[in-house]
Amino acid sequence: MEDLSRFKQTYFDESAELLAVAEAGLLRLTPGTADADEVNAIFRAVHSIKGGGGAFGFTDLVAFAHEFETVMDLVRNDAIPITTELVDTLIRANDVLGTMLGYARDEAPVPPGTGDAVADALRRHQSAPPPATDAGPPHNDLDAAFAAAHAAETTHPDDEDDEAGIFGDAMAAILDARNPSAAAAGRQRWTVVFRPRPDLLLSGNEPAFMLRALRRLGEAEVECHLDRLPGLAELDAEQLHLSWTITLLTGPSVDRERIADVFEFVADECDVTITADAPPPAVPDAAAPLPDALRSPSGPSVPAAAAPPPPPATPEPASRPADPAAPRAKPAENGAAQHAGLTSHTIRVDLDKIDRLVNMVGEMVITQAMIAEHVRELPPGEFQELLEGLEQLAQHTRELRESVMSIRAQPVSSVFSRMPRLVRELAGGLGKEVQLVTSGETTEVDKTVVENLVDPLTHMIRNSIDHGLETPEEREAAGKPRTGTVTLSAQHRSGRIVIEVADDGRGINRGRVLAKAVEKGLVQPGASLSDEEIDHLIFLPGFSTAEKVSNVSGRGVGMDVVRRNITSLGGRIGVYSSPGEGSRFVLSLPLTLAVLDGMVISVGEERFVLPLTNIVESLRPKPSDLHGLVNRCDVMMARGEYVRLVHLNRLFGIPGATEDATRALVVLVETEEGARLGLVVDEVLGQQQVVIKSLEANFRRLDGVAAATILGDGRVALILDVAGLRDMSRQGGSAPPRAAAALPAPEPAAV
Amino acid sequence: MHSSTALSNIGSTGGSTGGAAIGAANAHEDQYVTFTVGTEEYGVNILAVREIRGWTPESRLPNLPDYVRGVINLRGIIIPIFDLRARFGGGATEVTKRHVVVVIQVGERTRGILVDAISDILAISQDAIRPPPDLDTGLVDTEYLSGLYTVDNRMVTLLDVQRLFAVEASEEDATQKALPAPDRLS
Repeated sequence: MEDLSRFKQTYFDESAELLAVAEAGLLRLTPGTADADEVNAIFRAVHSIKGGGGAFGFTDLVAFAHEFETVMDLVRNDAIPITTELVDTLIRANDVLGTMLGYARDEAPVPPGTGDAVADALRRHQSAPPPATDAGPPHNDLDAAFAAAHAAETTHPDDEDDEAGIFGDAMAAILDARNPSAAAAGRQRWTVVFRPRPDLLLSGNEPAFMLRALRRLGEAEVECHLDRLPGLAELDAEQLHLSWTITLLTGPSVDRERIADVFEFVADECDVTITADAPPPAVPDAAAPLPDALRSPSGPSVPAAAAPPPPPATPEPASRPADPAAPRAKPAENGAAQHAGLTSHTIRVDLDKIDRLVNMVGEMVITQAMIAEHVRELPPGEFQELLEGLEQLAQHTRELRESVMSIRAQPVSSVFSRMPRLVRELAGGLGKEVQLVTSGETTEVDKTVVENLVDPLTHMIRNSIDHGLETPEEREAAGKPRTGTVTLSAQHRSGRIVIEVADDGRGINRGRVLAKAVEKGLVQPGASLSDEEIDHLIFLPGFSTAEKVSNVSGRGVGMDVVRRNITSLGGRIGVYSSPGEGSRFVLSLPLTLAVLDGMVISVGEERFVLPLTNIVESLRPKPSDLHGLVNRCDVMMARGEYVRLVHLNRLFGIPGATEDATRALVVLVETEEGARLGLVVDEVLGQQQVVIKSLEANFRRLDGVAAATILGDGRVALILDVAGLRDMSRQGGSAPPRAAAALPAPEPAAV
Repeated sequence: MHSSTALSNIGSTGGSTGGAAIGAANAHEDQYVTFTVGTEEYGVNILAVREIRGWTPESRLPNLPDYVRGVINLRGIIIPIFDLRARFGGGATEVTKRHVVVVIQVGERTRGILVDAISDILAISQDAIRPPPDLDTGLVDTEYLSGLYTVDNRMVTLLDVQRLFAVEASEEDATQKALPAPDRLS
């Protein structure tokens, strides 16, 4: 359901753009000089709107778009001549299309009769060019109504939450213009004359609120009377000089009392008359836009209806029927207000622009850290205001970074929404009954992370259904419901996104996993492993427990690939399983790829950053822990396991570093493949969030280096690639270029 | 042979940039920023020079020849610094505060060269550029020399920065043929 609405939103956004394209094209159409490209563009726009509308079942819209499209097709084929009158009709048709899209977006039914007049006009064009006089009365009433719609819409920019209501008003005006009696049928029409005393404002009352309250009762048309408005010289801003006549079209549930209730608090300060069953007002007069009337006390001579944008056809509808230029001028003048029915709430932005913004914010983070570092050296107590200012700057910088990152953020629903189909297909293929439960689809994470989640999640869900869940018969035998449940959830947790794939299946069969691992030579026979360690064996490359290889789970390229994908996004994966109850895979991913949690270490004069995701622990080895192996290769006993020591100073040729591992520190790191090694470094300086910078943008890739960053003092530090270091150390210092560094592509565009 | 390719390269540079970017200057003249390394004077086309800045400590890069000093932070982008003295076999420069980095744009890439001091800006007519003599390529790598110019009895060695770096870093640089477009620099 949510899925469909997401596509719908895209459809409406695109339709708004297409309408604008069509309108721009229509306005450029001049009689006799049809630019084929222009006509085609309009045709395509209408066609696309129609096609999408069909997909969502907007039948009225599709029917109307069809008439529109048919005419455009005729124009395209030079079957009918382009006349001013035709262009007018097409522009109005475009407006109607926008109106209908507006209804569709608000999930409101299209009122019967909407666009009929225009549709009729379109049909007439399909047969033969109609006589010019045909564009007479209905034409102008509609124009007036549209003008009213536009005026009402454009002059309510501050009333976003009431937009649907305003739009409803506008549509009521349109309906009334075309068929007053039909529109009024079954409803009650009220005329409310609201004449406040001049001192109403002094008691803290706001007439706009009352008008708004009235509008909630039904479809309201508000006319503002300026007759009591004095000239500018006499005008007292604290006095109220306006009065209103409100024509209210309400449902049967609204009675006189409810209307009177609106004025309950000002009863003593105004004159209100409420009349039922008043005759329908003249539409053009009713178009007086409310806030404009409130805001423009510039003089009694200015009629509210003439406030910008002026609806050209409004003042004298009767005198304009033969003037085809008037309605044509309208869309141009109203400009952006044209598609009052389908205002877009989103903008499309080039990704590069966002990335540039992300980069600039990264600079700010660094600069701010730099200033903070300098300020720390100032004598305490003397620069209190400076310190407070910097504190605020730090706060704002952090917020700015979060806001910018949120622009790149996307909900995970785009990935989650692919899974139901996968589950369905797998369940069918494997003869299992599976129910997929998802939650947290709206959780947002960086676009790149979202895009790279598809494969791992697909693998994991496959894994859960194929390996985790039992057949319905097995489940029944085990006293479980026949239908297995796979749960896919996402949530934010302490600055990361945590995604869980859980099943209520049989859990990891540790005996079989261990046997398999031994069989494959991944574990020494007789080794004693904890349950957790056994569970994590499934992430080893080349491991698969499926008793028969199915085309579903592939050939053991499952979980190790998942793990590699996740770690390449700077994430971690863990598994928790209990036999008979199911397994739970937990992914923890950074919210963004532009910054990284790292540990700053020093070797000699140089400082490096180790991604926190690679670090297991750091320790200072005792001499008894260290052993020489063959030649120059040191190994160390850490937590019952021998790990190879890699001296960063030797590997990178850094002078002045501590050679003796017992006096240095060993940082135990783990590559994405799960291989461990001990990095010998001088010092661990502390944890820090760093902005990832490209080294390749201006130089080239280096072995053992994933990217670079800028530390608080403005100096560059290299971010280490643990897997690369391992390769280098295995080959005596010169590794062949690895296909890809452990880190994702750093900042997309260097400034 | 090397000299002729280098010369034609200069010619094309002058043709594409001379009139448009230097404006009032003679269309056949190019402006060069010259700088010293030890007693020698070198020049690079001013259109390739993005800025000149004082020395700031670099962060070293592992396992690279000594003429790659390391990287510095140039307002948020990370650029490599090449030591011109070391490049010409003079050993690594002992840097002081008076040393300068000439920041150069080569194609899409920005890089810095460490020199002793900036010396001059010269308008050099193409006709006045002499090809480098037929040097022993085993001794001197002439690939990146685009010509020699004499001013006040000083000899200025004009460098083809694009080639200078193409020879240095890696194979991917060699594919970058185009000199920076003038509009990019202005």
